[in-house]
Amino acid sequence: MRIRTMPAVAAGCALLLLTGCGAADMTKQSSPFANARGARTVTLSVQSWVGAQANVAVAQYLLEHELGYRVDTVQVDEVPAWDALSQGRVDAILEDWGHPEQEQRYVEDKKTIVGGGDLGVTGHIGWFVPTYFAKRHPDVTNWKNLNKYADQFRTPESGGKGQLLDGSPSYVTNDKALVKNLKLDYSVVFAGSEAAQITQIQQFAKEKKPFLTYWYTPQWLSEQVPMTEVKLPPYKEGCDADPDKVACAYPHTPLQKYLNADFARGGGKAAELLRNFEWTTEDQNEVSLMIAEQKLSPDEAAKKWVDSHRSVWEKWLP
Amino acid sequence: MAALTASATEAPAPGVLRKPAVRKLGVLLLLAAVLVPFAVSRWGSGAWPGALTVDLSGPLGTASDWIVDNRDSHPLFLYFLGHVSNVVVIAVRAVYLALLAVGWAGVTAVAALTAWRVAGIRPALGTAAAFLACGLLGMWVPTMQTLALMVVAVAASVVVGALLGLGAGLSDRVHRGLRPVLDTMQVLPAFAYLLPVVLVFGIGVPAAVLATVVYAAPPMARLTALGLRGADKEVLEAVESLGTTARQRLLTARIPLARKELLLGLNQTIMMALSMAVIASVIGAGGLGDRVYQALASVDVGAALAAGIPIVLLAVVLDRVTGAAGARLGDAPAPHARLLGVCALAAAVVVAAAGRIAGRLEWPESWVVGIAEPVNRAVDWMTAHLYSGVPVVGGTADWAGRFTTWVLDPLRDGLQWLPWWSVLLIVAALAWLIGTWRTALTAVLAMAAIGVLGVWGPSLDTLSQVLAAVSVTLVIGFALGIAAARSDRVERLLRPVLDVFQTMPQFVYLIPVVALFGVGRAPAVAAAVVYALPAVVRITAQGLRQVDPAALESARSLGATGAQQLRQVQLPLARPALLLAVNQGVVLVLAVVIIGGLVGGGALGYDVVFGLAQGDLATGLVAGAAIDCLGLMLDRVTQPTGRRATKGA
Repeated sequence: MRIRTMPAVAAGCALLLLTGCGAADMTKQSSPFANARGARTVTLSVQSWVGAQANVAVAQYLLEHELGYRVDTVQVDEVPAWDALSQGRVDAILEDWGHPEQEQRYVEDKKTIVGGGDLGVTGHIGWFVPTYFAKRHPDVTNWKNLNKYADQFRTPESGGKGQLLDGSPSYVTNDKALVKNLKLDYSVVFAGSEAAQITQIQQFAKEKKPFLTYWYTPQWLSEQVPMTEVKLPPYKEGCDADPDKVACAYPHTPLQKYLNADFARGGGKAAELLRNFEWTTEDQNEVSLMIAEQKLSPDEAAKKWVDSHRSVWEKWLP
Repeated sequence: MAALTASATEAPAPGVLRKPAVRKLGVLLLLAAVLVPFAVSRWGSGAWPGALTVDLSGPLGTASDWIVDNRDSHPLFLYFLGHVSNVVVIAVRAVYLALLAVGWAGVTAVAALTAWRVAGIRPALGTAAAFLACGLLGMWVPTMQTLALMVVAVAASVVVGALLGLGAGLSDRVHRGLRPVLDTMQVLPAFAYLLPVVLVFGIGVPAAVLATVVYAAPPMARLTALGLRGADKEVLEAVESLGTTARQRLLTARIPLARKELLLGLNQTIMMALSMAVIASVIGAGGLGDRVYQALASVDVGAALAAGIPIVLLAVVLDRVTGAAGARLGDAPAPHARLLGVCALAAAVVVAAAGRIAGRLEWPESWVVGIAEPVNRAVDWMTAHLYSGVPVVGGTADWAGRFTTWVLDPLRDGLQWLPWWSVLLIVAALAWLIGTWRTALTAVLAMAAIGVLGVWGPSLDTLSQVLAAVSVTLVIGFALGIAAARSDRVERLLRPVLDVFQTMPQFVYLIPVVALFGVGRAPAVAAAVVYALPAVVRITAQGLRQVDPAALESARSLGATGAQQLRQVQLPLARPALLLAVNQGVVLVLAVVIIGGLVGGGALGYDVVFGLAQGDLATGLVAGAAIDCLGLMLDRVTQPTGRRATKGA
């Protein structure tokens, strides 16, 4: 028995020596599903909201049909997406809402990620009430009057207080601190995912019920359920520095693109196209609406938009 | 033995049953009388005292930062974990490329012919149909990705599980050490496994595969050990008397004798791996789970279903094929078995080659049937007509609202209002009454650990959801179980439904409940009830059916009516089965209530989702640990001592 196990052990050791001695940097390993069958593949991160899906759909369509790439998409939450981007498991993020901490770490310190320029869309986060409710009660659009309406916004989930509906845990939010610091009689209810939040808003809207929600623009749902923003104390540079003491509105953020550093260097025409990719809020909304409301597949929606906006995207081609 | 316990439980003899219970309660009361005033005077009453918590967010945050900063430079990562990750990537990639190279026709043929050889003609037809359905739904490539991931994960789980099981089967010491670990791992919800691997490996396929292996290996280990230990002593002695070495005995007698358990282990491992591979889409596993996840994000129930159906089909097919293979073990091999096998292989090769030559490797796009749109229309109709304003009974949203206001809220507030020491006391009393002082101690320590971690409030919130869901599950489950046990027709009707529901991965349940119940704790509870129901119904029905016919006969001859028989004979005699049903129900409910964090369940589940989504691993890990403790506590509180005796083997 001893003698027979010896060769096996030896073979195992040899194998280990062959494969195990070199360093294996796991931050440089791409997805096993990438580059199948010799195609040049670009992996894009799709965030969960439809606007981001619209960016990716159009970029994917152009990469595939104009430049002959194969595109893989992965859905990752925002912060982990930075990590994945730095590791090269994702080649590009097309819409980032501002993550200063990650930017410092990956762009400034580790230099594994480089900026890809403006997306051309300006994002804004805020608190919204449905327009049908705001028309009947115009003073609800100022945060100082919110407490007056707290009992109208009450739901079983929020207990005795008004409900402020929040969405996915991955989104940038100061709402808990805001409610506390502005002394509002509300409790923040997290829907847990944007899907759940949208479903809830649609159900409220169907019955014309009042609701107060964390929301952002551009977002296709705003076309379907018109919403009016509630004015919070104005945003000043740095007023959201301490997450516990925030008592001001959210900023207007010009959305950014980010590329993996290696991809930016060696990604050829694909990297070039993604760097040039820049469109407007209207463009993005057009595609988003096709995806979300007309229920077109992202690919079909992108095709429709690409067919009718040649002048916009021709400038992006390398 | 059966008759003995039966008479003990059946007779309402206070002398037998009550005495130890009273004694145990007395001891507990005495302990409480000494300790509680001291604890209260020192730390106060109410929620868990702040002085007794340990804040781990600092060190955990530092650890997580350290890992991110050193992942590409530290030797531990470069020379060990990097290779682990590399091997996983290469293996998954190899399988994936192989599957793509064989093409859809080839894969279907190989799968169907394999199923035919190991399981018979019906599973084979089912397999072929399932694969074609995946293609028809336009999910061929994601299905192959999930399959590639599954193949690697299952292979690794089986190797790891079998090695552990071999150790535990051959050495008593290993067995004693391993059993509590495996016991514990079995009750932990899948979601809690995700964070630690993400912390080390980052988002992506390696993390997903490793989480799957950790989740799916224990059943294999457990059943391997069980099979090796359960081998017939006389056969072993006979083999030994032939002068065989220990190694020969293992290879020629013990392992072959344990074949049934090994296959059952394989079956369970596959099912758990599939379930986990889907949940792991949250950490970037890709494949079908990712499609479900993406569709959930845009509230596209139709698209989610299109990706969910292949998951269910894969699950059912894998379950049936391995199950049927297990059932056929021990049958005499059919004549010409080898010849047929060769023929099957040749046929598969021919089909694959034909597919290649025809250049039809990818599923043709024109053959895709879009189900998303009609499904979405149906869902819209359902939500429009069922969601609210239904006359008399009210809509599903109204139910959800009332359930939240009248059941969940009081339960949560009640639990959170209880002084911390009384919660510990209740846990101790329940666990001790049903088990031994050891289980009681484990349960109390687990509960206390939750307090120490500083998540007392959210944990009690989760606990309240679990309790509500378990009560609903038990009421419906016992009713259905009794019906199924009393009528063959009901059982025939229920069986396929239960089969499908039991094999469905937990993730799939989230889709319809949001459409029906909106957002909040109610949909989380609803999903949990649906998930746990099949197991409870099945165990209840089995337990009732196994009641000694002689006991029933004698009751009938005494003139007992059907209801009397049920209440006074069947239910008491089936008590162990009912307790097991409760235990299983609790464990399964907890697993889904946690995933309910994705649909607004809040509490611990939300913390885990938050931790994953924000990369804030400190929050996530603490919540994950609390979930583990909660699972442990709930299991011990509902675990009858009998289970250990029978299952320990």
